[in-house]
Amino acid sequence: MRISVYRFNPETDKEPYMESFEVQETQGMMVRDALLLIKEKDPTFTFRHSCGEGVCGSDSININGRNGLGCITRTEDLKQPIEVRPVPGMPIIRDLVVDMSQFYHQYRAVKPYMIRHDPVPEVEVLQSPEERDKLDGLYECILCGCCSTACPSFWWNPDKFRGPAALLQSWRFLADSRDQATTERLSELDGPYRLFRCHSIMNCVDVCPKGLNPTKAIGKIKQLMLKNMV
Amino acid sequence: MKLPRRSFDALVIGAGGGGLRAALQLSQADASVAVVSKVFPTRSHTVAAQGGINAALANVLPDNWHWHMFDTVKGSDYLGDQDAIEYMCRAASKLVYELEHAGVPFSRLDNGRIYQRPFGGQSQNFGGDQAARTCAAADRTGHAMLHALYQQNIRAKTSFFDEYFAIDLLKDEDGIVTGALVMDIETGEPLIIEAKTTLLATGGAGQIYRTNTNAKINTGDGMAMALRAGIPLQDMEFFQFHPTGIAGRGMLLTEGARGEGGYLLNKDGERFMERYAPHAKDLASRDVVSRAISTEVREGRGCGPNGDHVMLKLDHLGEEVINKRLPGIRSMAKTFMNIDLAHEPVPVFPTAHYTMGGIPTNRYGQVVAPMGNTPEEEIPGLYAVGECACVSVHGANRLGGNSLLDIVVFGRAAGNHMIEYLRKNRYHKGIDESSIEQAVNRLQRWERSGDGESIPDLKREMQQIMETYCGVFRTEDVLQEGVEKMLALEKRLENAVLTDHSMVFNTARIEALEMQNLMAVALATVHSALNRKESRGAHSRIDYTERDDVHWMKHSLYSMDGHAMEYKPVRTKPLTVEAFPPKPRVY
Ligand SMILES: Cc1cc2nc3c(=O)[nH]c(=O)nc-3n(C[C@H](O)[C@H](O)[C@H](O)COP(=O)(O)OP(=O)(O)OC[C@H]3O[C@@H](n4cnc5c(N)ncnc54)[C@H](O)[C@@H]3O)c2cc1C
Ligand code: SF4
Ligand code: SF4
Ligand code: FES
Repeated sequence: MRISVYRFNPETDKEPYMESFEVQETQGMMVRDALLLIKEKDPTFTFRHSCGEGVCGSDSININGRNGLGCITRTEDLKQPIEVRPVPGMPIIRDLVVDMSQFYHQYRAVKPYMIRHDPVPEVEVLQSPEERDKLDGLYECILCGCCSTACPSFWWNPDKFRGPAALLQSWRFLADSRDQATTERLSELDGPYRLFRCHSIMNCVDVCPKGLNPTKAIGKIKQLMLKNMV
Repeated sequence: MKLPRRSFDALVIGAGGGGLRAALQLSQADASVAVVSKVFPTRSHTVAAQGGINAALANVLPDNWHWHMFDTVKGSDYLGDQDAIEYMCRAASKLVYELEHAGVPFSRLDNGRIYQRPFGGQSQNFGGDQAARTCAAADRTGHAMLHALYQQNIRAKTSFFDEYFAIDLLKDEDGIVTGALVMDIETGEPLIIEAKTTLLATGGAGQIYRTNTNAKINTGDGMAMALRAGIPLQDMEFFQFHPTGIAGRGMLLTEGARGEGGYLLNKDGERFMERYAPHAKDLASRDVVSRAISTEVREGRGCGPNGDHVMLKLDHLGEEVINKRLPGIRSMAKTFMNIDLAHEPVPVFPTAHYTMGGIPTNRYGQVVAPMGNTPEEEIPGLYAVGECACVSVHGANRLGGNSLLDIVVFGRAAGNHMIEYLRKNRYHKGIDESSIEQAVNRLQRWERSGDGESIPDLKREMQQIMETYCGVFRTEDVLQEGVEKMLALEKRLENAVLTDHSMVFNTARIEALEMQNLMAVALATVHSALNRKESRGAHSRIDYTERDDVHWMKHSLYSMDGHAMEYKPVRTKPLTVEAFPPKPRVY
């Protein structure tokens, strides 16, 4: 099987280039397995990965033009030669490793934590199964960044537009019956950029490896904002 | 060499659940805290925990902390320290409520309370009916906890050093730990982090085995750092093999699958656990179920063309239960085996999972070691929690759902004790130059070039040796051979070289540093296993089939220097209740 990977080492390369490798394809092989074989041939080849099962979010990469996780993308489902590049729009550190600082910054900026003003009880805060169901499709986000780095609005304004991942998390707390910071959260997102740069292009939904739907979450925030204005 | 230096009150090495819970305690008390992690915090392996966290909330069935304590002591095969176990089980409910308040999206019961499921080794009333003690957020409990703890640390303004690799502990002239040498992975530049108190929370070492449920980063770094600092490791022979790893691949299918009503079948379609554990059946302790599966396979009742696994059946639970309670493992089986477990059984086999042993601590998270007078002298300012530590609440066999509990209970306790330590130790003690030099040498050793073996080859060989010579069933001859092979491999590692000496994000260098840590931990494991001449919990000797409480109800302590073994008594006296004396362990 041929697989072509993006190479750039800032210490030795002036320009990035694509390098092609031949690796033995095996039954049930994932792209991450193929990248590991490349690394055995050339130890300088660099990429992030850890859990190997799609839960840690380390190995977001661009595979044949589409963002995804290397560890749960089967090679047999891909057109060959496979082309692997870093996720787009982020500063490149080395080979497939990108600088995710902007992405994390936007995440932290939405106050992604439970805020309660009432004193907490000695036991759990009650929540009905229906209320809890509202968090499904939100809390599972693994912060892989596949969505935000596929979002044109995020490419152009990574410093101002919060991006789909952060907005999904914002909605995760807005939708939580236990959270008590709705007004703060909404007013923080007001203005032309932070939320409203989303033009519902849906790239984010298309690539999310966990099957989450940031566009829908963004729509819900917009709705809630309108509702709170009147 | 003049290295850049940063100073904090407290240094926490590791941003899994253990490290983050401790950091939160410290930050909330206005201590300045540096958390160092070799991966972005939410990528720590706590994220992979599925089934849940134990606490006797009694939301589903009657329960209390004392029953939980009994189960944990029994599960530990009477090697767990009963003071620490009492402390943990008493604290459990409070810590779970705290997590809920921190935002963990626990699954809910109709009355709005936290959902709890049955897990292995749980009973009501000291060995009676099955209990339901495991609080769950579907089958993504670790993910939910880790994210919530990270989020609360953002709120508390903890300082994070993401993608920094800790190389070694640093000491002052008196040998007191006063920080660590770390490396910024992105730039390759070393940095000294000076701290008045330091916590190791670096997680487990599942990568010493070939087939395991652990992430690539679970390389026992903190344990090896402790060994190099002259601290022994405790009870390393006890390595947990989880009964239901996906056969041949290793990914975990949570015990919650059996908790929700799944069961195991051999090739004759027999529900064989009924023979091994007539009462608890598929929800017996993990060591018992793993041995049963291995025995079925050895005796020719395994499934598949090679008869090398058994089947986990879940399809009778119905799609609704599976989607609600086990969605994560359904998608995992689909991705990796192309099996929809809502409709067909999944092949499973015991897989290396959890490091019961580790850095010895007391119930405040303080590292304790035999330093001359008693076997448990506190090392000033140094703490350890989580899978890298051994406090010891898991003893010879950990109960499912008790590790997520362990990391938050003792993460919090360590944080509190560190705050107290900071009150009494207001000033930095300084770092001894020779200690910095030693740590830097460990880094520079990898600048060597020339001929030598490659790290991935040596790692593969080590994992294979450990699996073959130090697996589920053990004997003297095989373990002896394992020790010899590992010692030979250690020599070869000394001569290994890197071909990539670049600075920026050099993962080959990180893997080499990790390999040295794995080697140290694997050597500790196989030596400790060779020396324990009895069967207890996960340590199962074919040549010594019985538990021997007269000679062996004691903790092992392995030191790097000369691979020396020492032993210390189990703490059998609880804090307030009566001790649970050792009894034959039947399920
Ligand atoms: C698949 C799976 C499922 C599980 N399910 C359950 C369950 O349902 N219930 C339960 O109770 N237990 C479960 N466990 C066990 C439990 O999840 C772990 O024991 C626990 O999460 C360990 O937490 P920790 O904080 O000690 O370490 P980890 O979460 O492993 O974190 C270790 C941290 O240390 C850092 N680190 C390590 N070395 C270095 C270094 N050299 N430099 C810098 N940083 C470093 C890492 O980056 C990471 O941040 C499961 C385990 C696995 C593998
Ligand atoms: S829907 Fe919005 S957030 Fe998603 S890709 Fe499009 S612009 Fe970006
Ligand atoms: S929403 Fe999906 S794609 Fe985006 S960060 Fe979360 S898991 Fe990744
Ligand atoms: S390696 Fe963890 S998500 Fe792929």
